[in-house]
Parts: sequence; structure tokens; C-alpha cells
Amino acid sequence: MADMTVNQSAVRSKPAVNVNTRAIVMGLYLVFLILPIYWLVNMSLKTNTEILSSFSLWPRDLTFQNYATILTDPSWYMGYVNSLIYVVMNTLISIVVALPAAYAFSRYSFMGDKHLFFWLLTNRMAPPAVFALPFFQLYSSVGLFDTHIAVALAHCLFNVPLAVWILEGFMRGVPKEIDETAYIDGYSFGRFFIKIFIPLIASGVGVAAFFCFMFSWVELLLSRTLTSVVAKPIAATMTRTVSASGMDWGVLAAAGVLTIVPGALVIYFVRNYIAKGFALGRV
Amino acid sequence: MAWMAWTWQTAAFFGIIAALLITFTVLAIKFPETPRTGVLRIETTRGDRLFITLLGSAFINLAWLGLVGENQPYALGVCLVYAFAVFRWV
Amino acid sequence: MEKTVNQKAWFLVLPVLLLVAFSAVIPLMTVVNYAFQDTFGNNVFFWAGLTWFEELIESDRMWAALGRQAIFSAIILAIEVPLGIFVALNMPKKGFWASFCLVLMSLPLLIPWNVVGTIWQIFGRVDIGLLGYTLDKLGISYNYTQDFYAAWITVIVMDVWHWTSLVALLAYAGLQSIPDAYYQAAKIDQASRWNVFRYIELPKMAGVLMIAILLRFMDSFMIYTEPFVVTGGGPGNATTFLSIDLVKMALGQFDLGPAAAFSLMYFLVILLISWVFYTVMTNLDKREG
Repeated sequence: MADMTVNQSAVRSKPAVNVNTRAIVMGLYLVFLILPIYWLVNMSLKTNTEILSSFSLWPRDLTFQNYATILTDPSWYMGYVNSLIYVVMNTLISIVVALPAAYAFSRYSFMGDKHLFFWLLTNRMAPPAVFALPFFQLYSSVGLFDTHIAVALAHCLFNVPLAVWILEGFMRGVPKEIDETAYIDGYSFGRFFIKIFIPLIASGVGVAAFFCFMFSWVELLLSRTLTSVVAKPIAATMTRTVSASGMDWGVLAAAGVLTIVPGALVIYFVRNYIAKGFALGRV
Repeated sequence: MAWMAWTWQTAAFFGIIAALLITFTVLAIKFPETPRTGVLRIETTRGDRLFITLLGSAFINLAWLGLVGENQPYALGVCLVYAFAVFRWV
Repeated sequence: MEKTVNQKAWFLVLPVLLLVAFSAVIPLMTVVNYAFQDTFGNNVFFWAGLTWFEELIESDRMWAALGRQAIFSAIILAIEVPLGIFVALNMPKKGFWASFCLVLMSLPLLIPWNVVGTIWQIFGRVDIGLLGYTLDKLGISYNYTQDFYAAWITVIVMDVWHWTSLVALLAYAGLQSIPDAYYQAAKIDQASRWNVFRYIELPKMAGVLMIAILLRFMDSFMIYTEPFVVTGGGPGNATTFLSIDLVKMALGQFDLGPAAAFSLMYFLVILLISWVFYTVMTNLDKREG
């Protein structure tokens, strides 16, 4: 923290070297972010013997065996498939139900709207730990235990409120005259909403989908509680690396790296969206 | 439904909450109101005051349980006084 | 924007209402039901009244966990919010480097939480982790599974690593909405860097910052997976935060009643604090608008 304040005062007093200080600050911060991830990648490319016997900043004895172990064993790679299935399902459900609701909140005032909005937000605030056990009972009783849809629905608990919140912010930025003009032109609500309104807030939908994907992908407690075999997420599969013969560090690291890949891909594809989306909406 | 382990006490509790919500909805339809600003210097409607009352009552009950520890029904009396204060001044 | 009064808007909200009611109201009712009963399994329940609440309020266990939780949330907010703003102020405004920073900064946010735990568990190990190894070679004794302070510092640094980017990205979004004209006007007035920040940038960021603080508060208050993977709540109970304690109770010992009572109190505390935050936030919004 100490050198940070020094940097900060440097920025303020000497605007001439602004650009350089900025680069240094960002450089330091990014290194801080990347270093632990680099270490994971580094370990995933080593053999277990190398990990435990010597200490090196890069793999001396490069191996892809750890990745091969995961990608050839269905009980491993199905974990990724399961996670992806319920994450995509959850994102779709969240966005589809959140769009009309966010429109209602941004355009109309109706009985109890503010209370409803706050109630939705409280669900975003409810700790998953509180709901883990009743969820298990609920989904067992309706016969959905260990299915993808169960996890997707459970994640709606915190993703739907978030999606409504984000989309409402974006929709508020669209002038109401557009709606009125469309209605005068004879558009029905449904056609106006899909043909005109959604394209207008496309970046907002992108940002909301990004956040839903993110929170569903990273959540473990509920997805682990609600599945056992068929829909087991990768995060739960990873505990397999602890065996009687000790930790399989290499495979654990490789599995970790592979969980980062989908996220990294998503960020890469929506990067311009995010920059634009963040700038446009209130988020 | 068996797994939800209903008891008549908790059912009655939720019944009362539901009744309160319905009452306040009906009130809001029959007698529309404008929000007012009270001692907390925030705008409140009847619904907001109901929420403040209910949330406060939960904490009053817990505090009574922790500090006094017996005669829990008296805590409800405190809640009523609190509710009156909230609806009068907040 | 002036909103039209339209009660039919309820129909648009209905799907969300039903979905969230299914996944929130039913489980919450169940938690309330459990909280007043005792069970020996097989869905046989006995009325226990306020026993669990009384037990919990008088037990040190819950108060200790609540205390640790409050301290943890306070510390990480105190670090992440200023640091996030500081990073956002230093981010490139546009072009390749802006996207580059955005992508790299979003990366920790998209890592599953148990993997975040695993990363730091490995990173901090004295034998195979870069951080632990370096500290050890520098002669600093560091062992997060044994030492109280090492465990806390590891968990806090991990959370800063994990979540500062969220604050930074939101603050950055707020900064992006400031028109260039504002800065030019400030330049003509020869405003100091501090004054630009205080009177132009901070007010424009106020809205998103409230969201960032609210999100960070809520998420840190229910943190479970990451510290659980790294320290397992130890050494002793040093990093047993509320959720960790709750899961230990509910799934580990299968004490449904006490766990449910615990959940309810936990939820009430979050509800209260969130309500205060939310009220302040909407009032700020109104005053600005």
C-alpha cells in the first residue's frame, strides 16, 4: 500500500510523466493478477516428480501428460460438458425472463414496483449456504435432483435479479419516444420488443449475459449440492485428485487451467462489447 | 410437501405475513397515498413502513431472547409499540 | 424519465416472480420451518420452539463467526474500493491497451471459486508455490495452515486479487461516461489533479461505486468456497467465516434445526445491511437527478 500512495501523489504533482506512471501502475497490477495464474499453468506442464523434487520458474521437463489424462477420460471431461450445459441453460433462462421484467421496471410504475425490485435484490444477497439444504430437498422431491436443469434453476436465484438490475439500467438510457413512435407506427408490443428494442440494447444484453455466465460458471456450493453423477460439474470433479497416494498436483493444476479457458474465451469474444457496454449503461 | 416439515405455528406465521401483504395491497389500491419524509429523512410509503416494522420486529425478538431470555410474548408487545412509532413518525 | 402508471406491467414481471418464488420463497419457508424443530432424520420432526435461537444467541460460536465476518468484510472493502478506483484512474482510455487491460482484469472474475482457492493454496505453499517459496527463502516464516496472521493475510490477498478488478471495471465504466469537455474545462481552470478527482470524477462514479460496494459487501459477507479450499476455516477457527460455519453445521453435522436458525439470523443481518445500503443508494440517485 505504501508505494501505491507514493505513485498516486506522483501522478498528481507531475502530470508531465502521467503516461509513464500509468503504465507502471497498470503493469504492476496486471503482474499481480497474472502471476498466480502463470504459476498454475507452469505446474500443469510439469510432471509430479518435477513439481515435488525441484523448484523452477518454468517447466524443465515439459509434459502434456496432465492434459492428456483429463481429455481422454470421460469421467473428467464430462465435468466440463456438464458445467457448460447448465451455465448456458441458466444464462438463457435468466436473460429471457429478465428482459420483459426489466422493461416493466424501466418504463412503468405499478403497484409495489419498488418493493418488488428490492425483494429481487435480496435474493441476489442471500448466501447460497442458506439455501443449499432446502434446495437439495426441493429438487429431490420434484425429481430433478442430479439434472442440469436443477442447477440452472437454482442459479437463477442470484442471476435473474442481477440480469434485471443490469438490463434495467441499460433500458433506462433508451428514450421513451422510441417506444411511442413504434406503437403509433402500428407495431404490437411483442414485435416492437424483439425487432426494435432488443437490438437497441444489444450491448446491455451482452453485458448481462456475460455476468450471468460468469456467476453461474464460478459457483460451486449449489452445483455440488444438487448433483451427484450425471450432472456433476467440473469443480466437484476436481476433488478426485486427492487420493490415498497423495495429491496429484499436475492433474489438479491442468484441470484448473482448463476451467479458466471457457471464461477467457468468453471475455475475448465480448471484449469490445464490455468496453462499450460498460461505457453506455449505468451497469 | 412432507419434506417442508410444516407446523401449524409456522404456517400461522406465514399466514399472518401474507394477510398483512394483502391488506396493505388493498389499502394501497383503495386509498392511494403520496410518500412522506419522516424522522429518518427518507421517503416512505405504507409498504416501506411495514417492511421496517417487520424487519425491526425480528431483531427486537432476537434481542429480547438474548437479553431477557424469558416471557417471549412480551417482546411482541414491544414490537407493537415499535410498529406504532414507525407508522407514526418514520 | 417520467414513468407511466400501468398496472398491466405486472404481467411482464410475472415470469421473474414465479421463477424466483420457486427458487427462493419455498426454500426460505422450509428454512423457517426447520428452525423451530428438531429432527433425528427420516423426516420426523419435533417442535423445538425457540430453543435453537436461544442456544445460538448465547453461544460464542456464532458471535465469533459474525465478528470474523464483519472484520473480513470491512478489511476487504477498505482495500478493494480505493485500490479499484486507483486502478480505474490509471487504465488506458481507449485503443488496444484498453481492451488488453479489460481482458486481463476480467480473468480472475471468471475463474471458478474453488479453482481460485486451489491457485492460492498452491501459490502459498512453501515447498511448491512461488509466493511461499520466495517468502521462505527471504527468511520470512510463512505458513497459512498453521499461523493465524499468515492465514488471514493469504485469504485477504486472495480476495483482493480475485475481486478488485470488479470494482475497477465498474469505476472505469463510470469514468468513461464523463465527457471530455469536463476535463478541458478543468484544464482551463487549472484545477489540481485532486480537485479534478474530487469534483468531477468522484461524483460521476458515485452511482456505480455504490453498486460496486454493495456487490462486494454482499459477496464478501457470504464468502465460502475460496477460504474453505485454502484454509478449511483454520488454523483452529481463525478463518471460519459465517458461511463456512453454517455449512459445517448443516451438511457436516446434519444439525438441521440449529443450521436453519443460523441461516435465518444470517439472512436477517444481510437483509438489514442491504436495506440500509439500498436506501442510501436510491436517495443519492434522487438527489442527483
